[in-house]
Amino acid sequence: MIERFLAWLGETPWSVALLESLYAWPLVESTHVLTLGLFVGATIMMDLRLTGLAFRNVPVQSFTGRLLPWTHAGFIVMTVTGLLLFYSQPLRYYHNVFFRVKVLVMIAAGVNAFVFHRGAHRRAADWGADAIPPRAARIAGTVSLTAWAVVVVTGRLIAYNWFDCDIQPQPGWVNWLAGCEAVTE
Amino acid sequence: MLEPFFRWCESTLVGQAVANSVWAFPILEAVHLLGLCLLGGALLVVDLRMLGLGLTGQSVSRLARHARPWLIAALAVMVATGIPLFLSEAIKAYYNTSFRVKMSTLPVALGFTFGVRERVARNEGMEPGPRCKVIGAVSLALWFTVAAAGRWIGFS
Repeated sequence: MIERFLAWLGETPWSVALLESLYAWPLVESTHVLTLGLFVGATIMMDLRLTGLAFRNVPVQSFTGRLLPWTHAGFIVMTVTGLLLFYSQPLRYYHNVFFRVKVLVMIAAGVNAFVFHRGAHRRAADWGADAIPPRAARIAGTVSLTAWAVVVVTGRLIAYNWFDCDIQPQPGWVNWLAGCEAVTE
Repeated sequence: MLEPFFRWCESTLVGQAVANSVWAFPILEAVHLLGLCLLGGALLVVDLRMLGLGLTGQSVSRLARHARPWLIAALAVMVATGIPLFLSEAIKAYYNTSFRVKMSTLPVALGFTFGVRERVARNEGMEPGPRCKVIGAVSLALWFTVAAAGRWIGFS
């Protein structure tokens, strides 16, 4: 079902045009990579504050209030360019091990951010000025730093076809993770 | 003129080891990107503030002081991974226009950051003046050029 949809998506004229374009694809990809500096960069700065490793006398609310809009702007650019890149080769990315891990870890990072904003951050008025934030905030910062680092590394590795379904033989778990049975059937 | 030097670079032990390994180049590249993220964050927090944006509740000098060690750490990661990446494809880099643009802009960006921007940011308070704003904008433009040209090395 999803296979057939993605195969159709990849054959739409705009998808083919994007993938085969001389400049559009590299420009979209470059925008995706350079916006990392804004999106992940701003996220790292806030996470370092939450772990108590940096900006110790800058209140946490400064970051969540005044830097977060920039993080959100970066996120929108990342999402739009990321979706365009996916649209250029949907079936290949869908069966790419690194892409799958990346998506899962991004979901985990999202859940972590949601839990932090619904939990510890609600009481930030009490602890936001502390040099070392409470445990829940330090954990949220550490999880976020780790998750986004994994997302960046796996994102970069999507470019490599080492574990693609048409490169066989592979260990069973690699084929399972890439969902290769659906391809060969 | 410098071509023999670039040939020598590629023939070095590190250059050959990275070029002949399946994993080394991608892993170094990924860590280079992590360095880019940290560099982007450490630069943006201060540059935005110099432009009167972002963390406006804090003085420019305070943010610059806090961000400085992370900026230096990010640059250390970038250089430590960038050199072996370069060594593995030095001859390709020699003929690559993007690489030349990047390497011409990089020393300017470094000199500007530590020679001009840092001195100004250190003495700047809550209300950044026009000079401060220009310096924040120039810093962003310089580092954007370095990063964009760096990404384009692989496309050209």
